[in-house]
Amino acid sequence: MTDLADLTIAEAGAGLRAGEFTAVDLLEAVQRRAAVTEAHLHAFLTLDRDGARLAAEAADVAIADRDPRPLLGIPVALKDNMVTKGIETTAASQILAGWIPPYDGTAVRRLKRAGAVIVGKTNLDEFAMGSSTENSAYGTTRNPWNTDTVPGGSSGGSAAAVAVGSALGGFGSDTGGSIRQPAALTGTVGVRPTYGLVSRYGLIAFASSLDQIGTFARSVRDAATLLEAVAGWDPLDATSYHGDVPPLARSIDAGVAGLRVGVVTELTGEGIDPQILAATKAMVDRLSDAGAAVVEISIPAIEYALSAYYLIAPAECSANLARFDGVRYGLRVDGATTEEMMGKTRAEGFGPEVTRRILLGTYALSAGYYDAFYGQAQRVRTLLRNEFATAYAKVDVLVSPTSPTTAFEVGAKTEDPLTMYLSDICTIPTNLAGDAAISVPIGLDDGGLPIGFQIMVPALCEETMFRAAAEVERLAGFAARPPLATSEVVAP
Amino acid sequence: MTHWEAVIGIETHVELQTRSKMFCGCAVDFGDDPNTAVCPVCLALPGALPVPNEAAIEGILSIGDALNCTLTEDSLFYRKNYFYPDLPKNYQISQYTFPLCVDGSLEIDDDEGSATIGITRVHMEEDTGKSTHVGESGRIHGAEHTLLDFNRAGVPLVEIVSEPDIRTPEQARAYGAELQRVVRALGVSDARLEEGSMRFDVNTSIRPAGADDLGTRTEIKNVNSLRSMQRAIAYEIDRQIAVVEAGGTVKQETRHWDESASVTKPGRAKEESEDYRYFQDPDLLPLHVDADWRRRVARRRPELPAARRARFRGLGADRRTAELLADAEDLAALFEAAVTAGADARTVGIWLTGEVVAYLRREELELASTGLDAAALAQLSAMTAQGELSATAAKEVLGAALAGEGAPREIAVSRDLLQVSDEGAIEAEVAAVLEQHPDARDKIRAGDMKPIGFLVGQVMRATGGKADPKVVQELIRRRAPE
Repeated sequence: MTDLADLTIAEAGAGLRAGEFTAVDLLEAVQRRAAVTEAHLHAFLTLDRDGARLAAEAADVAIADRDPRPLLGIPVALKDNMVTKGIETTAASQILAGWIPPYDGTAVRRLKRAGAVIVGKTNLDEFAMGSSTENSAYGTTRNPWNTDTVPGGSSGGSAAAVAVGSALGGFGSDTGGSIRQPAALTGTVGVRPTYGLVSRYGLIAFASSLDQIGTFARSVRDAATLLEAVAGWDPLDATSYHGDVPPLARSIDAGVAGLRVGVVTELTGEGIDPQILAATKAMVDRLSDAGAAVVEISIPAIEYALSAYYLIAPAECSANLARFDGVRYGLRVDGATTEEMMGKTRAEGFGPEVTRRILLGTYALSAGYYDAFYGQAQRVRTLLRNEFATAYAKVDVLVSPTSPTTAFEVGAKTEDPLTMYLSDICTIPTNLAGDAAISVPIGLDDGGLPIGFQIMVPALCEETMFRAAAEVERLAGFAARPPLATSEVVAP
Repeated sequence: MTHWEAVIGIETHVELQTRSKMFCGCAVDFGDDPNTAVCPVCLALPGALPVPNEAAIEGILSIGDALNCTLTEDSLFYRKNYFYPDLPKNYQISQYTFPLCVDGSLEIDDDEGSATIGITRVHMEEDTGKSTHVGESGRIHGAEHTLLDFNRAGVPLVEIVSEPDIRTPEQARAYGAELQRVVRALGVSDARLEEGSMRFDVNTSIRPAGADDLGTRTEIKNVNSLRSMQRAIAYEIDRQIAVVEAGGTVKQETRHWDESASVTKPGRAKEESEDYRYFQDPDLLPLHVDADWRRRVARRRPELPAARRARFRGLGADRRTAELLADAEDLAALFEAAVTAGADARTVGIWLTGEVVAYLRREELELASTGLDAAALAQLSAMTAQGELSATAAKEVLGAALAGEGAPREIAVSRDLLQVSDEGAIEAEVAAVLEQHPDARDKIRAGDMKPIGFLVGQVMRATGGKADPKVVQELIRRRAPE
């Protein structure tokens, strides 16, 4: 019999409503999975056993009352940069150690309202800055496919938790690929929605113009279901999209016949692992066979995307992280003067990558350098948006690999930040454009590590994105489970 | 010897008295206990985001409109980055390029005449919290500890920047006073200098009169009254002239006005010049003010102080009276009502700004709690015009009316103050006085009119001051030659 922890959200929802098992049974199954895998993975920073139990019990009462909400009783994991009332929230930084928020972020509030069961808070690169989850102040998360490798990042904890079955769905944030890249590396589906579709209120800011909350799941449909629960205008976020949420999963079974697919030249050549290129090419061919009209499309500004990103994101973070000063909350390291206290607190509280980016951003915004760095990066961003708009006049979706490599070994890139930054080469363009994209697993490499396939769409075209992604999922038939999820030897 | 000219520009901060703060729903209330009007947004908790308060934006637009500014169609919010413990985000949301209002002007009047002062910009920003430094010095350096109250953090602030068009301390004062009147007339702030809801930073420099280049300026902070501002600028101009004439150069610096010593003093020198690293706030979209909104603001514009003063002068009030009336809402209202009821504007204006204000001050009363109304003023004005009351008697009646003793006519009758202007009643007295002073009478007959005043005085004394002096004079002129 299938372990309940390995069900999709759709399957679990059907089982709950059919009375085959209870929300408490489901929660216990994922908690058992976490209990046997956490020692190997360290996907979670906090497990909220009591809160989850209460939520599951409440869900069971509602289910008995024929409450049809799709996330009712579904165990989900939240990245620890999402503010949760009463549950420690650290963004994996020393500077927020012990901070218990007095409020829920909008996405969290909506999840609670949807009846989801929040199992815990997952690990990340400190303040979401990184691509491996190795920058956490509380230890590295491992990849359930091979625990010598990283799960990607920065949302590596949520990716690993969903991949291994410690939650049925997960939430993360994607500033430059922080959902899609770990999804690719852990064989999960990862969605970065259109900028503004999900409120950022209560998401600890890294780079405000790029940050977006999104979802992890083990199926395309589940990823859409999770997104539906949190999407929509929020009066507390001035940048949230103020229209009706477009239908997300309406065309999910429509197939790709007639769909115009563009393969991005700049993302399917140099710098991408040959096995990943081959898998991508094979999937594009199958899409073509399934009726899609495939063309190759060049977006030359992508060449400058990484550089622009590493000016804009650090610039914004240098101001966003200024509030962590030891005055009102979090860590405080005493000093002889207030200034010294603030300086010491920040020096001790921030890890090396966060410090590097704050310094980079401060420099990029300085008088005399602003125009050459930040100003120029903004112009590149505009250029890139324009090129995407031109491309989308010709095609409905753009496709590429999600990540240039499969999961790499822990420590392999920590000494060289630039190599690490290249992990996001395929994902960053979407963030700069403010568009939506999804990563879908399409196979394993020689080493048994998952390969992700990225589908990009214009802003607010999630319906098309899910439609194409569902077809890719069907064509790939990816059913493999990470060894850690099924292994018996890991039991304590 | 060089004749020096001062060049003065003023940055004015006004706290808007909106119900809620600039970017969150917290109440704007300074009376509360420390840190009670706070929320995740104005405390800058992780994850919190700002959302602009439309009422505050309206308030700023109304100020810009009143100052003849162009209202910007798409204005931008910026982050001004600096670390300070009472600034929760360690950046202030402000405006930089594309502020809400630009290119305006304000007409001012002082004793030297009138002038037009250019307004560079009117923009939005947010206030900081309040630090209380506990320890010896009372300043942040050397304090044992600092207490922080964030109730004020995020309160909407407007910054009004003038062009360097001001030339004298008196003009500066007139500018400050006029700005205060405008802000109050708009009802967006009480603009109290002593309480900090209106604050001035003054940039002053000197140059040889007629020169085009600007001298090095100093910025005076800490002026918390119009009088202090005028004195501080006067001091600063003299100081700069003395420095330059002694062969020195003026240093660009921030100076503070020390009220008790009546001098400006240099502020703490900064080790390096501040780089605020302004960049557009990614949490806020450009603020779109469309034509409809601009029209709405213009439509709601109340009568501004300058227009009201002009109108009062048009009714007959002199310049000073018009100014005093326009500055006091209750006096202005009573003035208008009395004039509408038929009172003479000049007379009533002088009564209101003289006798009435003095009475209210002496008795520590509000106008509304006295017995004075428009009908009473109209009646009093009419009685004076018709010669029923002398100027002195009118003032006595006014005082009694203020004290609630009744209508002017009743008061005049009961106090026996009515003038006798009936010629028949006065004639006998005039004849008697002429009889008693034949030499005066002879002088008049000889064409020397000087003794008339003396004779009028004699008649007035004889009638106990109740005769109308105009009538008496007329009778003496007529009867003396007979």
